[in-house]
Amino acid sequence: MNVSTPSAAPAKLRVYRGDRSGGREVEYEVPVEPGMVVLDAIHWIQAHRAPDLAVRWNCKAAKCGSCSAEVNGRPALMCKTRMDHFAPGEPISVRPMKTFPVIRDLVTDVSWNYAVNKRIAPFKPRPGAEWKWQQSDVDRVQEFRKCIECFLCQDVCHVLRAHEMKQQFAGPRFFVRIAALEMHPIDGEDRLPFAREHAGLGLCNITKCCTEVCPESIHITDNAIIPLKERVVDRFYDPFRRLMRRVLGKKDEA
Amino acid sequence: MSESIETHDHDVLVIGAGGAGLRAAIEASSAGASVGLVCKSLLGKAHTVMAEGGIAAALAHLDPQDGWETHFKDTMKGGSFLNHWRMAQIHAQEAPDRVRELEQWGALFDRTPDGRILQRAFGGHTWKRLAHVGDRTGLEMIRTLQDRGVHQGFDVYMECTITRLLKDGDRISGALGYWRETGRFVLFRARAVVLATGGVGKAYRVTSNSWEYTGDGQSLAYRAGAELIDMEFLQFHPTGMVWPPGVMGILVTEGVRGEGGVLRNANGERFMWKYLPENRRHEYASDEAEARRWLDASVAGKQTDARRPPELSTRDNVARAIYTEVKEGRGSPHGGAFLDISYLPADRVKKKLPSMYHQFLELADVDITQKPMEVGPTTHYMMGGIRVEPDTGAATVAGLFAAGEAAAGLHGANRLGGNSLSDLLVFGRRAGAAAAAYARALPALPAVSGAEVESETRALLAPFERTSGETPYDVHHALQECMDRLVGIFRVEADLTQALEELERLKVRAAAVRVEGSRMFNPGWHLARDLENMLLVSESITRSALLRKESRGAHSRIDFTATDPAFGAVNHCTRQTPGGMSVTPTPLPAMPENLKSLFEPAKEKVG
Repeated sequence: MNVSTPSAAPAKLRVYRGDRSGGREVEYEVPVEPGMVVLDAIHWIQAHRAPDLAVRWNCKAAKCGSCSAEVNGRPALMCKTRMDHFAPGEPISVRPMKTFPVIRDLVTDVSWNYAVNKRIAPFKPRPGAEWKWQQSDVDRVQEFRKCIECFLCQDVCHVLRAHEMKQQFAGPRFFVRIAALEMHPIDGEDRLPFAREHAGLGLCNITKCCTEVCPESIHITDNAIIPLKERVVDRFYDPFRRLMRRVLGKKDEA
Repeated sequence: MSESIETHDHDVLVIGAGGAGLRAAIEASSAGASVGLVCKSLLGKAHTVMAEGGIAAALAHLDPQDGWETHFKDTMKGGSFLNHWRMAQIHAQEAPDRVRELEQWGALFDRTPDGRILQRAFGGHTWKRLAHVGDRTGLEMIRTLQDRGVHQGFDVYMECTITRLLKDGDRISGALGYWRETGRFVLFRARAVVLATGGVGKAYRVTSNSWEYTGDGQSLAYRAGAELIDMEFLQFHPTGMVWPPGVMGILVTEGVRGEGGVLRNANGERFMWKYLPENRRHEYASDEAEARRWLDASVAGKQTDARRPPELSTRDNVARAIYTEVKEGRGSPHGGAFLDISYLPADRVKKKLPSMYHQFLELADVDITQKPMEVGPTTHYMMGGIRVEPDTGAATVAGLFAAGEAAAGLHGANRLGGNSLSDLLVFGRRAGAAAAAYARALPALPAVSGAEVESETRALLAPFERTSGETPYDVHHALQECMDRLVGIFRVEADLTQALEELERLKVRAAAVRVEGSRMFNPGWHLARDLENMLLVSESITRSALLRKESRGAHSRIDFTATDPAFGAVNHCTRQTPGGMSVTPTPLPAMPENLKSLFEPAKEKVG
């Protein structure tokens, strides 16, 4: 990045420096360029002030979901957060995601997410299904598959962030994944019992914080979580169906 | 060295977890091998996610005339016939099965009106051939492979960087690396290793590549005694962002042109017609009206006799055209060309190119449904790499395999858009299968040399012991500046010679860098090691470019502007010798007659 001709007063970044044993915010002054994003500023600090400043990043174009952090308290991708969105001279705080344990500086341990993902039953095509479907059949699922696994929705969700219920609750990212599989036009697996009993779908009280921070603008609550909740209610709590099941002796209530 | 080293044993160790690495791991594991998959970043973040436009495969869903023979011919022509014919053949024949397989594993491609996988036009492809998901095909592919892999039963080692391959005599016996998180060393003992580490874009300043792409696989293979070929052929993607400065080089998908995007200079001239090679001109529309008829038919999903627009020329050609327009003073305000798709309905642009729409709106304040983009060439892809045996991906060292961008041969002198994702699947699968078979045939785990491990760990820690010196960032910036300036799109002997001199000086500087802080997640330390790989690969690129005294594909020499048939018969091969790096010509394998006959004029008309 060429920073030889800064076009404005330097920005003040307060970046969290620390590890599992604790840390603090350290202030750095960074020259500002047109169109600069917070990740550019972090890279400038690495190259000129703190070569060991730990940060994850890859594509720098909001497609890989690596550079998640909390900028002025708001969960965001640093590669997409423009410096000119902040008032000139206003200090910008950059901290690691709060919901996950800090490894070092802005890098957190997100391995729990990978462990949750592993517990979701994979795609299983219905035997004999025809591999043909309309675009309108997959528009909905394609929205879910835009997810770049930045885990910002997991970071902001109060069930995980405030209540730390990682044992009982899979989090918005994985409701999106479950929804994508359940709504695949020819998937034949049933993940509703898992969503209800092990993924803690009922714990979500649809405050939509996840939807608000999603950099891919996926309608997590409206399009993934609420339809899953409706399916669970239809299956497990519809009084008429419960009666029919009792009368007919069906045992699909897992 | 006093620390005890964590050790893992595998039949097959796959290094790199993009499309090729994941596909190789799935295949080797399916064959019964114990597999370890090492990724430099978190799983699912590899550069495959950045692939936007699609996967090339002759499914012939929209253009029934298509078939593997035409795809094969397009690939060979796009690569100026420097491709390994057998790789181009395997690739064209197997790509459709690999795409269908991805669908069977849960990928959801965009659909045709009759419910099949939709395909779009791309540069250098005769027919509409790219299976895609809007402009995020790579993400769909990597997530599908990742989700498949999660249940496959191989071990994934995330945020782990391999710095050296280990050998027992002449054969591979494992690899040594470090955990990014702790900085502690980790040893993998393995019967076979598959390198799927991608390219080396980070040796350049203006690049579409992320921090990971530092030529690791090419360097690991070279140091282990393997051959690299075609290293002079580095693809400059014609359309990267040029403004604002922080996003310079970020990719703008070729899908924009596939969907009708038009290139113009500052005078409003649609300049690509001027740059069509004479022997290919007949493949393109002759004027704006014909280009428009092609586009209208394409949008309507109909067949047409109109030929494709000139913007769909091959990448090497479009990159040179934009570069020349800018250099001759007809560039856009920020030094690029205008790429315009705003004349199409806004809804269609947003539906077909959603991530481009957001990328420009959020990072450059440009609404591409209203205004043109500014674009210019960006270092994108390495056609060259590890020399492999076409059917198996075996490198020239026993037990070493390679696939994807790290390997060479399929693309020759220039890669067609869309042929990368299919490359990853076709040759990732083959390399995984061959590595598993090789491992099965080996009676015991080869031995690892303690001395080799110790010398590597000592070298890795050396930068911490220096109390003075530059940071690796300074040397990296100097390398990027050197490669941008002297080994770019247009090359000339004096520049290349100067680059070699500068690279020698940079090697000295890199060997003396100082690293601050601890071994825990320390990017400065990581860069210090990556820098050695970038320097090695940069030298190989430069030496190969110096030797090729002609212009072919992505390699353009100002002092040798013509294509020379004598050079068309050789690959340039980089090897480690006791005296240092050697680059020499080796004969290009000759295409058999039955494939040659596909290029005869009579058959050309049919295809």
